[in-house]
Amino acid sequence: MATIVDARGFSCPQPVIMARQAIQAGQFPIEVLVETATSRENVRRMAEKAGLKVRIEEVGDEFKLTITK
Amino acid sequence: MAKLSRFFASRWGIITAGAVVGILAPILQKLGNPGNMGICVACFERDIAGALGLHRAAVVQYLRPEIPGFILGSLIAALIFGEFRPRSGSAPIVRFFLGVFAMIGALVFLGCPWRALLRLAGGDWNAIPALLGLAAGIAIGVWFLKQGYNLGRSHKASAVTGWIMPAFAIVLLLFRIFRLRFSEGGPIFFSESGPGSMYAPLLVSLAVGLAIGFLAQRTRLCTMGAIRDVILMGDTHLFGGVAAIVVFAFLTNLLLGQFHPGFAGQPVAHTNHLWNFGGMVLAGLAFALAGGCPGRQLFLAGEGDGDAGVFVLGMISGAAFAHNFALASSPAGPGAFGPAAVIVGLAVCIVIGFAAREKA
Repeated sequence: MATIVDARGFSCPQPVIMARQAIQAGQFPIEVLVETATSRENVRRMAEKAGLKVRIEEVGDEFKLTITK
Repeated sequence: MAKLSRFFASRWGIITAGAVVGILAPILQKLGNPGNMGICVACFERDIAGALGLHRAAVVQYLRPEIPGFILGSLIAALIFGEFRPRSGSAPIVRFFLGVFAMIGALVFLGCPWRALLRLAGGDWNAIPALLGLAAGIAIGVWFLKQGYNLGRSHKASAVTGWIMPAFAIVLLLFRIFRLRFSEGGPIFFSESGPGSMYAPLLVSLAVGLAIGFLAQRTRLCTMGAIRDVILMGDTHLFGGVAAIVVFAFLTNLLLGQFHPGFAGQPVAHTNHLWNFGGMVLAGLAFALAGGCPGRQLFLAGEGDGDAGVFVLGMISGAAFAHNFALASSPAGPGAFGPAAVIVGLAVCIVIGFAAREKA
């Protein structure tokens, strides 16, 4: 069961904090929805630094990041 | 294009942006901008407030082209890379007052975080208590973030929301280019003496503003974010940009003969350590609660963020309050009501920090 983190509309660092809380909860895969390229990069950088894999899809004009172990 | 985006998002990208700011700011100073003020977002917005007649401090009135340059450079980058997103609605009225108090704090020190770095790189050691204050203010902001503080979601908005601030920037530029006079002895004001009378040639200032706006939009350069990310999660990505500003500005100052170490007699500065520190605690906290340093707010405004635009207008209004109400410092020291305003500002920010917590 995927964890879904809807961080659309939040500006950083909020999406990173929300994604990090989900990672700490440990229910993978985690799908993070963000609106801006800045949030996409920040969440990706945080997850990759934590040694996780990140797949990015463009959904309309938004982004879906799927974080897996 | 994707490769270029990848570079800008990398560590070397942010270091490049910081290096460019670090090199260009002392050059602007050499070409006429005030001492250790090659670029200062707070001071320049204050000068713009003066030029428009929102305050009447005769020595700090000039329509600085760097500020509209930042907004428009960011706009151009955002349009080219498909990142222009009109959005608004994340507590704009709160952001307005965070902007007001951020400016009041910055003008008690006499500079935004960029100028604090540039003052350090020019040998003005008064920047040290200020930077410590900035970090302390941001640390308080991080504490609020950890308690669940946030100003809520923004929402996609129609194009007009995103274009308002770029349009405002163009109007300001036109005022500067044509040096309009709206009444006898009235605005647009141009200082005849003091820091406001010192400026680099129009086209150079505008070109530097556009270039930095472009690079900063791509790399997300932010001095507040740099310190926040280190405290919040040990992430040093943005900090690379801040370090590059100091290192390259120091080297450029050495080359240009602009490095003069000491506390006393520094340009547009005072030596009251307590209020250099205190002013920047307030500014740092307000930036952290608003999610960006003054420069970053301009770049966000350029890419369509209406809430960041409201913060910028708050800062310009804050400059008017600061000079009309004797809150701003001068080289002689803090203004009569500056310290009191810092305390009031801290109280307001702390109330906002507690009140805007999202209960988990």
